[in-house]
Amino acid sequence: MVHWSAEEKQLIASVWGKVSVEECGAEALARLLIVYPWTQRFFDNFGNLSSPTAIIGNPKVRAHGKKVLTSFGDAIKNLDNLKGTYSKLSELHCDKLHVDPENFRLLGDILVIVLAAHLTKDFTPACQATWQKLVGVVAHALAHKYH
Amino acid sequence: MVLSPQDKTNVKAVFGKICGHADEYGAEALERMFHAHPQTKTYFPHFDLAKGSAQVKAHGKKVAAALVEAANNIDDIAGALSKLSDLHAQKLRVDPVNFKLLGHCFLVVVASHNPSVLTPEVHASLDKFLCAVGTVLTAKYR
Repeated sequence: MVHWSAEEKQLIASVWGKVSVEECGAEALARLLIVYPWTQRFFDNFGNLSSPTAIIGNPKVRAHGKKVLTSFGDAIKNLDNLKGTYSKLSELHCDKLHVDPENFRLLGDILVIVLAAHLTKDFTPACQATWQKLVGVVAHALAHKYH
Repeated sequence: MVLSPQDKTNVKAVFGKICGHADEYGAEALERMFHAHPQTKTYFPHFDLAKGSAQVKAHGKKVAAALVEAANNIDDIAGALSKLSDLHAQKLRVDPVNFKLLGHCFLVVVASHNPSVLTPEVHASLDKFLCAVGTVLTAKYR
């Protein structure tokens, strides 16, 4: 089980409090699809992903980005039981969605960059370190049920 | 992975905007990397890694200079960084995974200081450029 210090929990909460889940979620997913275009392979039914402009404006991308980041909110409420929290989602990503867990790490890093861009100087090295740990642990939990 | 003409334009534009702060950004990228990925500190047992360290500042300046050199010679990064590539292969032997970590932290620094510069398209180009630099620096490893 992962241990979170009081300082880490505070850094997570304070960043989360400043974040628009809808905006940051949409932006993170759009950037994933733009910066690592091979990740588009999972989204054949999303319609037009032909250019960065198309991706950013795509309503399915926005909606799915919001969904993904909302799920992060669940992680934040259950820091002491991430494997349990993500158990079903992990099975889904393995058995139905067939997503290589490397993609969770890619999205996690993109999320950190989006947070940096939104929070600017408030995204201190200590904040970044805590959030790198969080995205890493979430990625690990999502990969946990893979077989 | 190949840098398109647009990628090259985007990268040069970024470095044009940040060149006055490149040294600082290099140092901050290192600081962030040491904090978020403490295993990277194992390459610097001879350094004082405390906040504000003069050694980290100096090393950040070197890292930044190499990135600027690569950006200024973007049509031949391998040529521009050939000596650095030899150094990393023969002497430093930094595990290739760490170039991704530093590259990521450099992106975080650019994002936090210049969010408006790092549009998604520029982000993609800069990420590709940093990957290309890492590839060049590890090209002679074996």
